[in-house]
Amino acid sequence: MSATVTPYEDGPLLLRGDFEIVTPDGDRIEQEGATVALCRCGKSRRKPFCDGTHKLVGFTAPADREKPLS
Amino acid sequence: MKLPEPRGEISDAVVDALRHEPGAPLPATFSGAADPCTDEDLQLTLMLAYEPHYRGFDGVDENWEWDLGLLRLRTSAERHLEEALRAATGPPAPVEPGEVARRLAELAAADDGPALGQHLQTGADLTQFREFVVHRSIYHLKEADPHSFALPRLSGRPKAALVEIQADEYGGGRTERMHAELFGQTMTALNLDPAYGAYLDFVPGVTLLAANLMSMFGLRRRLRGALCGQLAAFEMTSSLPNTHYGNGLRRLGGDADATRFYDVHVEADAVHEQIAAVDLCGSLATQEPGLCGDIMFGAAAGLYADRLAATHLMRCWTDGRTSLRRELDS
Ligand code: FES
Ligand SMILES: [Fe+2]
Ligand SMILES: [Fe+2]
Repeated sequence: MSATVTPYEDGPLLLRGDFEIVTPDGDRIEQEGATVALCRCGKSRRKPFCDGTHKLVGFTAPADREKPLS
Repeated sequence: MKLPEPRGEISDAVVDALRHEPGAPLPATFSGAADPCTDEDLQLTLMLAYEPHYRGFDGVDENWEWDLGLLRLRTSAERHLEEALRAATGPPAPVEPGEVARRLAELAAADDGPALGQHLQTGADLTQFREFVVHRSIYHLKEADPHSFALPRLSGRPKAALVEIQADEYGGGRTERMHAELFGQTMTALNLDPAYGAYLDFVPGVTLLAANLMSMFGLRRRLRGALCGQLAAFEMTSSLPNTHYGNGLRRLGGDADATRFYDVHVEADAVHEQIAAVDLCGSLATQEPGLCGDIMFGAAAGLYADRLAATHLMRCWTDGRTSLRRELDS
């Protein structure tokens, strides 16, 4: 089984499937459920997880690959 | 759970009938509620009519669940409640299926309830925090159950999305991780009775409203769009307040077991809000475009009910009185 990473519009990255989140030393970072949301706005106070703060800071990002500036 | 104390003519008749065999006479209709959303008699009547579909009442014949007289009375009360909720939230603006997730986010962001989370984090005393937990116990001790009624009514991607959320709510199938169990731990830590329904007599109609509206949406297939919209709005307004609740309980001396329910929800609902808005409601709207309006209605109705409840709590506390119908033992 593999894992998928899904960017949600203006929000976090959702991780599903077979994965582990570890520190650079290889220690396991415990997660709550089977699916986790990773912060991509940089403002969460529960990093690496999303805690909803992106909604307070007007974070925007597409649900797909960002288009290069034209 | 025990049968509650009646709160008016109709709930009195229902409590009395439930002590007898199914088929015992009941009023055919509910009338006379000035505001169905907060009417004590109407909200308790609905709770009495819904609970046989969940865990039931002690000593009450289980066939009451499908008693035609009770269903007829419930339908009448539901008609008043649905009308009142639709009137309070206004007609949903037309929305395209592809826009539903974004519109839900806007609706949740625009929600301007009283600063209940802030108050619980920084100002509330232990009595107020315990009252808050008692109010929330009506729903949290059966957390996620109303939404499980939607599962057989969905198919494909929306169904998969709801299963993904519900699996978390039910602790991935591990009792000790079930959110309802975690809430029981919080109650125990606060020296409250974690038994299902123990505080039904303590909470006002405005508290019953939040649970009743989920049951109404959940038990009526016609309202499946509203149920999904309500779930999305609930999840989308959850992770940030749960940070406040957890911090508030820590400030009041709560240990890790006490605050675990809130701490878990910060991360869990940050996941659920995305799934509920995009994968559940967004894909349901694409599948069944005719449900777009009801998805938005359900979201608005859920937020409205939460706002009414929060307003009640803050008003009572500002006036220096209890927000419950009777005071708690300390
Ligand atoms: S993406 Fe949600 S807090 Fe950063
Ligand atoms: Fe939960
Ligand atoms: Fe949730």
